[in-house]
Amino acid sequence: MALLEVDNLSKVFGGVTAVQNVSFAVDRGLVYSVIGPNGAGKTTLFNLITGIYTPTTGDIRLDGQSIAGTAPHALALKGMARTFQNLQICMNMTALENVMVGAHLQLDRNLVKAMLRFPGIARRDDRLKDEARELMGFVGLTSYWNRAASSMPYGALKRLEIARALAAKPQILFLDEPAAGLNSKETAEIDELVRKVADNDVTVVLVEHDMKMVMNISDRILVLDYGKKLTEGTAKEVRENPDVIAAYLGSSV
Amino acid sequence: MKSLKRHYALMILGAVLLLLPLVLPNNYYYDIAIRMAINAIIVLGLNLLIGFAGQISLGHAGFVGIGAYASAILPTYFGWHPILAMAAGSAIASAIAAIVARPIFRLKGHYLAMATLGLGMIIAMVIKNEGTYTGGPDGMSVAALGLMGFEISGEKQWYWVLAATLVFSFWAARNLIDSPFGRALRALHGSEVASQVMGVDVVRYKVAIFVLSAFFASLMGSVTAHYIGFVTPNIADFFHSIELVTMVVIGGMASIYGSLIGAVLLTALPQALSTFEGWETVAFGSILMLSMIFMPKGLVPTLAARFRRNERDDL
Repeated sequence: MALLEVDNLSKVFGGVTAVQNVSFAVDRGLVYSVIGPNGAGKTTLFNLITGIYTPTTGDIRLDGQSIAGTAPHALALKGMARTFQNLQICMNMTALENVMVGAHLQLDRNLVKAMLRFPGIARRDDRLKDEARELMGFVGLTSYWNRAASSMPYGALKRLEIARALAAKPQILFLDEPAAGLNSKETAEIDELVRKVADNDVTVVLVEHDMKMVMNISDRILVLDYGKKLTEGTAKEVRENPDVIAAYLGSSV
Repeated sequence: MKSLKRHYALMILGAVLLLLPLVLPNNYYYDIAIRMAINAIIVLGLNLLIGFAGQISLGHAGFVGIGAYASAILPTYFGWHPILAMAAGSAIASAIAAIVARPIFRLKGHYLAMATLGLGMIIAMVIKNEGTYTGGPDGMSVAALGLMGFEISGEKQWYWVLAATLVFSFWAARNLIDSPFGRALRALHGSEVASQVMGVDVVRYKVAIFVLSAFFASLMGSVTAHYIGFVTPNIADFFHSIELVTMVVIGGMASIYGSLIGAVLLTALPQALSTFEGWETVAFGSILMLSMIFMPKGLVPTLAARFRRNERDDL
């Protein structure tokens, strides 16, 4: 059974159908990419799956369980994590604290125990600090661990979001344009990082405009256009599909 | 060693509180110190809500009023023990906060400000109009606070009670901020959607911190009532709410010790300015405006930033 199944999913905003009858399935352990021209509905699709939006019709199943309309914080509990196209970093915190927030659900969150500083809470937080530093090393941010997030460059913040998402120990990770706004060297590094994540048994769903990166790392690719599924398949299949070429470059007729 | 460093500021506070009686010349100064401590504890709770969680309450004096009037009414008319009345006041304030918080915290920004403003006004109005029990605009007297045959009376005794409560509150607040709960609060301030995706149930956290701050406000309302021995509806009114928010902002949002400094300064300032005879309100307002223009982040964070760079800014 596929880890994620999306079934006839639609989202209507007023008179605009942003996503229309999209169905696909993501198998465990894959890097699955969603591509399409600007405004094709990629981010809307992400927002539907990760609970930010409620679907108008259709169903989403994770591990066979329907999750359509489930709140984001409840989805986190089911092992779902994501990053954002427009950065969503907590600028009022340090880089390390941002990563530590990712581990929120693994911690004792009791208010009274926290105020009286039960020894278990302090000990667990100390261990978490080490784990978070390790994760920052994993995404290549070792030197930033003590920095205020607000003082970090854009490229580093992009990785910080990935480290934070990984701190949640997700089974499926949604990356919304992880390479957007990065130069080619940084993009290559993100490419490598996504691969490393996938090698650690995390299923990755990716929205990305950088075609070189998408073609490189994706096991399967879903192509959206005007909110509809255009095609789905391996990099090679997608590249040779005349509809895809038409959507990107305009058709010859 | 590490835990000692964490509580460096707390130890200074403790030492100051211990040594202060050596230099306080008379009961007038004790009285000011006590009012400072009461305000500091309310402002600390409010700062957790406003500064750390990034929400707003323009009606917090309402909760102070609930505590004060619970401590006034329940012993006087129903013969409750003052400690029980104090607990009941805090429970009522927490319950009201919890009930209204769910719908209110769906709102953001200006709308949230309006809703909390309305809540505070309703509480103040009820206190003013239910004259049978509250004495209406004239207020009512409050029984002394006794505990196991020992009655707290006089400025010196109250001073030590509040000094201990103050130290405990700041210790607990520091602990809270340094915990997963506190981190989630700051995270939802930084990015609500990101914290949701990381598993933070943001409404629950907003409600919890609102209830906690209402609890402390009510507790301090009870203490105020017993200390002064008399309550008037002014304790719950809009101006008191604004005063509390001003203390948070002047001292420094998301700064634990900013709450203390804000409360100390704004409690002392009207006294210090009384020499300006007739112009003290103008002087008070000018000082507030100037400090906001030159230190928009508040006193403690601005000064802390002068000394250190790129470190955590929530001392």
